[in-house]
Amino acid sequence: MIAIYLLGSLLISALLFINRNKRVNYLLVGAFALLQWVLTIYEFIHRDESETYGYFKSDALALLMLTTLSIITIPAFYHSYIYFNKPEEHHRERGIYFMSIVILLAAVSGAYLSNHIAVTWVFVELTTLAASGLVYHHRDADALEGTWKYIFVCSISITFVFIGILFLSIALQQAGHADLSYPAMIEQAASLEPFWLRLAFIFIFTGFTAKLGLVPMYTAGIDAKDKAPSPAGALFSSVLMNMGFVGIFRFYEVIAKTSLHAWANQVIFIAAVLSVFVATVYMLKVQNIKRMLAYSSIEHMGLVMLGVAAGGIGYYAAILHLILHAFTKASMFFQIGQVYRIYKSKHISDTGNYFKYNLAGALALLLAFICATAMPPSGLFISEFMIFRSLFEGHHLFLFIVVLLLLTMIIWALGKSIFRLLFLPPVNFDETRAGKVSAGESVSQFILLGLVIYLGFNPPLQMVELIQDAVKNLPH
Amino acid sequence: MTTVLLITFAATLIYLSIANRMMTYINILAFQGIILFGVSFIELNEISTLNLVFILFETIIFKTIAVPIFLRYVIARNRISREAEPYLPYFLSLVIVTSIIIATFLISNTIDDPRLNKVYFVVALSSLFTGLYFIMSRKKLITHVIGFLVIENGVFILSLAVGNEMPMLVNTGILLDLFVSVLLLGIFVNRIGDVLQGVDVDQLQNLKD
Repeated sequence: MIAIYLLGSLLISALLFINRNKRVNYLLVGAFALLQWVLTIYEFIHRDESETYGYFKSDALALLMLTTLSIITIPAFYHSYIYFNKPEEHHRERGIYFMSIVILLAAVSGAYLSNHIAVTWVFVELTTLAASGLVYHHRDADALEGTWKYIFVCSISITFVFIGILFLSIALQQAGHADLSYPAMIEQAASLEPFWLRLAFIFIFTGFTAKLGLVPMYTAGIDAKDKAPSPAGALFSSVLMNMGFVGIFRFYEVIAKTSLHAWANQVIFIAAVLSVFVATVYMLKVQNIKRMLAYSSIEHMGLVMLGVAAGGIGYYAAILHLILHAFTKASMFFQIGQVYRIYKSKHISDTGNYFKYNLAGALALLLAFICATAMPPSGLFISEFMIFRSLFEGHHLFLFIVVLLLLTMIIWALGKSIFRLLFLPPVNFDETRAGKVSAGESVSQFILLGLVIYLGFNPPLQMVELIQDAVKNLPH
Repeated sequence: MTTVLLITFAATLIYLSIANRMMTYINILAFQGIILFGVSFIELNEISTLNLVFILFETIIFKTIAVPIFLRYVIARNRISREAEPYLPYFLSLVIVTSIIIATFLISNTIDDPRLNKVYFVVALSSLFTGLYFIMSRKKLITHVIGFLVIENGVFILSLAVGNEMPMLVNTGILLDLFVSVLLLGIFVNRIGDVLQGVDVDQLQNLKD
């Protein structure tokens, strides 16, 4: 099925590229959405089965992430449709935009499902290329700069991952194995030479931080989310970041079986705390609302990795946090797209009184703010609580206090901007030129945010079971 | 024989650090492509047509012919000046690259592993770090692309040292990746040249916080 899916997506993206007709374009996009859901359901039915020469496997982590992706895909297409619903016709730009999105989603799905570290690598590389098409969408000097930096940083990072894979295969060869698939590596983990594994982990971790959005390689993602159209930004800060997590997590499962586990945790702790710190510093300073949200994603990914490194309940919390964050951040980006249509600006100082211009959107944004800052009733409250519990239980009291202090500052910084946008009157804003946004466009955000609250407080049994299955290889 | 070739490769890295013309850089890249072909040809255990065609394609056609021609085209089209304009003096670059090679040499001596060919390891790692240094110390965008290619050459040597058979899918993926990244980076150098009337790093400073 995955082979059919990948070929189908390739075909659809090629057709999208050559097609000029608007209606055909939407038909093709609809066909892809259908294909995406068929794949998801198929993989659910054939759970834990290997496919296509064993390169792909629908394990629990893949299923969780794939479902998250398929859910976000629908509103992302809907908001892209609104984005292109302009009087003037841009058939070429629209074609390239949707082609890039289709390739991006297909590559991300492939990376989730892949069962072989080198196959993951190929798909991660593909996402860079697809994403650069989206970042370059506006074709002006800033977009050019953002795209250049994105391609360059991601190319270097992906090379790092490849070097890591090479070191890993040295380690495997020494132990007399050659199989780079994840289950085989987990099985043989104990017999691998720590020296090579250590090098491999450093390189693979550093490389994937470009996609996950963690110190040191987080920079490229920020520009990308800022410059890409907001529906694409929503995908970057949800499903693409999850892909970075999947890449690191699958290798972490191998490391966790070896004597390097404690060392790897320390590396992750350092990167995660630095990420939260960097996010705090920039969020106190940034004026551009999209960049603000991008830094907020960095903070959340830092928390997720803290949960992973702390262990215990933290593993469960990390994956739950990842899923809920994806829904929250996607809906925030969708909402910012509407904000931009009203004020024609992303700068916080140009906006204000959002309640007056778009009541439904303002409510959605307020709810999204509550969700993103993990205040009850947000589901992120539950996962963050569990992450802090795992830090506490792991006796990381110093980290616990530092991160809590940083989070307080982040809540203040984000609140200052969002409340200004919602309640304060705008400066120098000509009301007659305000764009019109219908209330119906916010429905998808309410659904996603409702999902965040519902899944946090009343997680379906199947989801709990899947998450527990996803972390079963890690020591408890 | 491979040792001689690899040491020549390391020598090209040192030459890269003191060369000051864009054309010299490109010639060095082409020369490195030929060396890589030699090394991988000798290393081939069994000469199957598919392997040979693949290596020939990757080293000679891609690294030695296609990329240099493309880079020349980019330089000519954007009227990039011939000087490399480093941030640091050439003498310092020479010292740094030499110390990179010595450092990797010392590191590799600490590894106690009979199965690893240390010459490969030293040259691959020095190439990687030289490429990174090159990216940091040069002003032009096109030299960043060249630094990236030097890193990729280092990765190529490392993958030869490992000798683990990667699936064909991955090999093709790597080749495709390299091809597309170089093409994309080149195209964007052109675009940046058109839009910003210049191709230096200083012009890319709008996006910051």
